[in-house]
Amino acid sequence: MASSATEVARNVSPAETRVGRGRKRWWSLERLTQSAFVLPAMVYLCLFFGYPLAKNIVMSFQNYTTSTFFTGIAPWVGFANYVSVFKDSLFKTTVINTVLFTVGSIAGQFVVGMALALFFKRRFPLSGILRSLLLLPWLLPLIASSSIWKWILDQDSGVLNQTLLFFHIIASPVPWLSSPNFALASVIMVNIWLGIPFNATILYSGLQGVPEELYEAGALDGATGWKAFRYITWPNLRPVVSVVLVLGVVYTLKVLDIILGLTGGGPANATQTLATNSYQQSFVQFSFGTGAAISNILVVTSLVFTLVYLRLNRRAIDE
Amino acid sequence: MKLAKNRQLPYTVLAIVFLAIMLFPVYWMINTSLQPGPSAVNATFIPLHPSFAAYGQAISDQLGNLETSLLIAFGTVILTLVIATPAAYGLAKFKLPFVGAVILALLISQMIPGIVIANSLYTVYVELGLLNSIPGLVLADSSSAIPFAILILYAFMRLIPPSLVEAARVDGAGHWRAFWSIVVPISRNSIITAALFSFLFAWSDFVFALTMTTSNTFRPLSLGIYNYLGSNVQSWAPVMATATLASVPAIILLVFAQRYISAGALGGAVK
Repeated sequence: MASSATEVARNVSPAETRVGRGRKRWWSLERLTQSAFVLPAMVYLCLFFGYPLAKNIVMSFQNYTTSTFFTGIAPWVGFANYVSVFKDSLFKTTVINTVLFTVGSIAGQFVVGMALALFFKRRFPLSGILRSLLLLPWLLPLIASSSIWKWILDQDSGVLNQTLLFFHIIASPVPWLSSPNFALASVIMVNIWLGIPFNATILYSGLQGVPEELYEAGALDGATGWKAFRYITWPNLRPVVSVVLVLGVVYTLKVLDIILGLTGGGPANATQTLATNSYQQSFVQFSFGTGAAISNILVVTSLVFTLVYLRLNRRAIDE
Repeated sequence: MKLAKNRQLPYTVLAIVFLAIMLFPVYWMINTSLQPGPSAVNATFIPLHPSFAAYGQAISDQLGNLETSLLIAFGTVILTLVIATPAAYGLAKFKLPFVGAVILALLISQMIPGIVIANSLYTVYVELGLLNSIPGLVLADSSSAIPFAILILYAFMRLIPPSLVEAARVDGAGHWRAFWSIVVPISRNSIITAALFSFLFAWSDFVFALTMTTSNTFRPLSLGIYNYLGSNVQSWAPVMATATLASVPAIILLVFAQRYISAGALGGAVK
């Protein structure tokens, strides 16, 4: 049926016949019509990804400031922007913060997400509805979530300190966001809360892909509980786990809303990361050249993990 | 049967307890928004005397911003669908020479931090006069929506049996006719998923709202919330009322469009 339809289509459309016989001409009417479907998207991608990325590279070698907008002059400075970024003592702090923020967030999100995925794998009454409600924190606007947490973590009247004081767990209010000792940990905690739904959902769908027979066969050999997880679930889930972890890194490197909303990078740069610092340089200090240099460092870092992700994802699909 | 159900009950209880912990911040947001006391300390755990006064203040503060955000979000949905739907179909079905490279580029583009794009986009927007404008933010917000939408739609459209489209082509329909009358209706569900996520992306956008605006009069809602946080907050009820208003689309979608949301959550990550 399908092939006979193809046959007819060939007879009707001469343009397609030509393509079908392999005499491809790139300018054929058929090709042009087909390209018209894809062209707007290609143009958009070039303008809003290709061009900005290229321009960032150029800008990072220029002294690009607010006066550039009026004079159009951005003097060429070679590697001066990069040198000043690397020399700045703040750079070391931001890199350490970025690493701590990323590793801490992902470890927390993954462990809790995994526990939840395993928990919801047993079907119980209302499990479907409860599991979908869990997605809510992931769907809220990040800046709305930041405002909620800023209120909850408020030192004087926030509900967290009030509750901890009430139960005499702490003797005096903890400066969750206003002390350099606590701020990064607090921001990580909020980011874990935000990431749990995503991790749980992806891992849950990964668990659905592990064949039930494996558990039945394993149970006969005495592999239940922890042993079943160790020898059946984990090896089968490995590809999904890798993808979730790498995606987690890439998404965490992007985070700006939460940190700016909660602490603005402070106190005393305790929560300043590469992303927030890039923002500060360009949009607070108006030193767009330096901002571009930090942006490029951020892009290269993301790109390394993206390539790892693409490799792993291809392997995950191949398996 | 009944016995089995009873034995499962502890799991349900445990799940509810955990969900209560996870969703407590959302509850606290709504709870605070209903208790516009003179100071923050008076808030109780349950809004015994709920008042909508804070919403009155939130709306009077944010009405213009709310409108701006809605226009941006709908604009982004339209632009994204107009660009992404034909592109996904072309990539999925036309055996174009560069499909693999484009899909790779789309995957990579999703990983690029928004602030990186914003950095150089700002300089372009200054020259083109697109700062503080709805078209400017629609175009910028589409940078997260378009790649996502193309990938979601591409994954679905690859599975459309070629015979369906060919049948229409036999009847003399051109590519656009076949696309419009056959492919679009069949792909309805993935188009809805793409549209809902485009809306959420643009509605929640903060990075571009923050960087592509410079005026006090033109602000999306997310920036309205951020500006509350910037100053020392005296009364949290209007802030939480605004946050609640900003969360309404997410809550509506989770309740009424759950299956599309799950499809998007998985589609965005796995493929």
